Amino acid sequence: MLYRTAGQFKTSYNSDQALFPIKQDAFLLGVILLFALVIFPLTASEFTFQTILIPIMIYSLAALGLNILTGFAGQLSLGTAAFMGVGAYACYKMVTLMPWMNPIVAILFSGVFSAGVGVAFGIPSLRIKGFYLAIATLAAQFFLVWLFEKWAWLYNYNASGAIQVPNLKMFGVYIAGPQASSVVQYFVVLFIVSLLTMVCINLTRGNLGRTWKATRDMDIAAELIGINLMKSKLTAFAVSSYIVGVAGALFVFMWRGAAEPNLFDIPLSFRVLFIAIIGGLGSVMGNFLGAILIVGLPVVLNLLPAALGIPISSATVEHLNIMCIGSLIIFFLIVEPHGLAQLWKLIREKLIIWPFPH
Amino acid sequence: MLNDIFIAPFADMIAAPDFLLQVLWEGLVSGILYALIALGFVLIFRSSRIFNFAQGIMVVFAALTLVGLHAMGIPAWISVALTLGVMFILAVSIERIVLRPLVGQPDIILFMASIGITLFLIGGGEIIFGGENKVMITEELGIPTGDTVLEPWGGLLILQHLDITVVLVASALVAALLAFLNYTQMGRAIRALGDDHQAALSVGISLQTVWVLVWFIAGIIALVTGIAWGARAGVSFALEVIAYKALPVLMLGGLESITGAIIGGLLIGILEKLFEIYWGQPLLGGNTETWFAFVLALFVLLFRPQGLFGEKIIERV
Repeated sequence: MLYRTAGQFKTSYNSDQALFPIKQDAFLLGVILLFALVIFPLTASEFTFQTILIPIMIYSLAALGLNILTGFAGQLSLGTAAFMGVGAYACYKMVTLMPWMNPIVAILFSGVFSAGVGVAFGIPSLRIKGFYLAIATLAAQFFLVWLFEKWAWLYNYNASGAIQVPNLKMFGVYIAGPQASSVVQYFVVLFIVSLLTMVCINLTRGNLGRTWKATRDMDIAAELIGINLMKSKLTAFAVSSYIVGVAGALFVFMWRGAAEPNLFDIPLSFRVLFIAIIGGLGSVMGNFLGAILIVGLPVVLNLLPAALGIPISSATVEHLNIMCIGSLIIFFLIVEPHGLAQLWKLIREKLIIWPFPH
Repeated sequence: MLNDIFIAPFADMIAAPDFLLQVLWEGLVSGILYALIALGFVLIFRSSRIFNFAQGIMVVFAALTLVGLHAMGIPAWISVALTLGVMFILAVSIERIVLRPLVGQPDIILFMASIGITLFLIGGGEIIFGGENKVMITEELGIPTGDTVLEPWGGLLILQHLDITVVLVASALVAALLAFLNYTQMGRAIRALGDDHQAALSVGISLQTVWVLVWFIAGIIALVTGIAWGARAGVSFALEVIAYKALPVLMLGGLESITGAIIGGLLIGILEKLFEIYWGQPLLGGNTETWFAFVLALFVLLFRPQGLFGEKIIERV
């Protein structure tokens, strides 16, 4: 009833291919945007911003970047965290070398560096496929993290070996660093994430996206119908690493405030991969659903024992968390291997024909 | 600069052959352990197409179980037997709960499932055994701990008895595995399943039995590696990283090849030690062992995309 499509006729191909062929989808997005732009900023506490809202969006963006590469172009990558690190360090170098630079421009520009590194490590994908490629991206993961540790120029030779976000101002308001307020940071993250998500939706719907999908489904066949595999794979690496790099810059500048090289170690790569896979490979929306689950679940699990009055030490809770996430991953893979996005698709189809199931 | 890269290291090698020998020996010891872990990967990959990321945590879990059981007052060798029992139960439950419902899913889903198992075992292991570093029960197991000092060319070569034992036991285990795979009925079933699933099923080979068996073999390998590595570096969750070392071994040797796993393991163990000592520490600030193997494997793959011993990749449209 809510999703009744009766009466919504399409009279041209253009309107059939539009972003929201069904009015209710656009309405739903409007409601979500209303929450994101008005209701959350007015009601959320500092804790909610820092543990739920901001990380969910940043992780979604990172997963979106990975999804472009793995879900759309079919190239499995395990080096996401290292590319996030490249974005973060590039952004740090830019704002410390050029303090006059607009921070948002710096964040958006830092992705260019990670895109370059991504293309360099993507070159083997022209010859290596499948799991061999996945292990090859691990080379990027280990090598880059090692580089973050050893190349002192990257962290301005400070003794701790970590990067510390300076106070950054834009239009007279602090947007990064210890003095920035969470609401401002939330809006910055929201702006960048929405912008890049829009770009991604349109990229994946367009010519480039279809090229990627053809490469993913069978690269030899794609080559035979005239797709330039090198261009297709390398653009996928470039776009993916760009987004991942921006997510990395946001990760440090808008959320963590400081970073050590081992922050970008392999567990972070896996976390992003979980989000992409549980959300659904080859889907844009799935990344957001996956991030809500993976980021939100530990928060809920942390609060639950205290709320129920069960005395468990915090270390045990953390280990229980890891166990729960592990079993949830297996559970979701068994129940719905195509991820939460597929689940939502099924629900939506059911809603459209409801209350008559046939 | 060029001198530092191309001439000086080799001059050092010739100037101190005893030290070179020491480096090669250390490399050989870790190489044989890499080979052993890679063998566990290959067996599981061949029989079920699962890229088993949980191999590393199985090493930790086996070592923790052994030490934990011994701490409860159970004699060392009975603890080993009990640990093997635990690994068997683990193999059966993984097959039952995880693999069976996921039959026929794409590779990446199975890979993710193995990461799920990894997380589950990390969390479970920490809750049961605690996260602190433990000491492997080396002496209780009767593993010698002294060392032999040799003096080749008037130099100095120290061979830890522990390392010698590790090399002997690991070689024996590899030989036993090869014999098992080549000369027993179950071993032939495992290889048949690796060659062609459908054909193997149609001649009556039970998929479930083979899966439990290969995961159990992986468990045995995990226990041996856990004891060996735990005796050198203590038992903690940091041991998990040696599983990452088995990945470039697999790339280098080829995912399907048993010979490849053994030769690749030895090659990587020795080469990464050589690189670290002669190039990494003087020129790059050390700790190159984390990535050297991966980069090496990457270069080999650029020329042979299926690894040194992998099956030729034939693609059809």
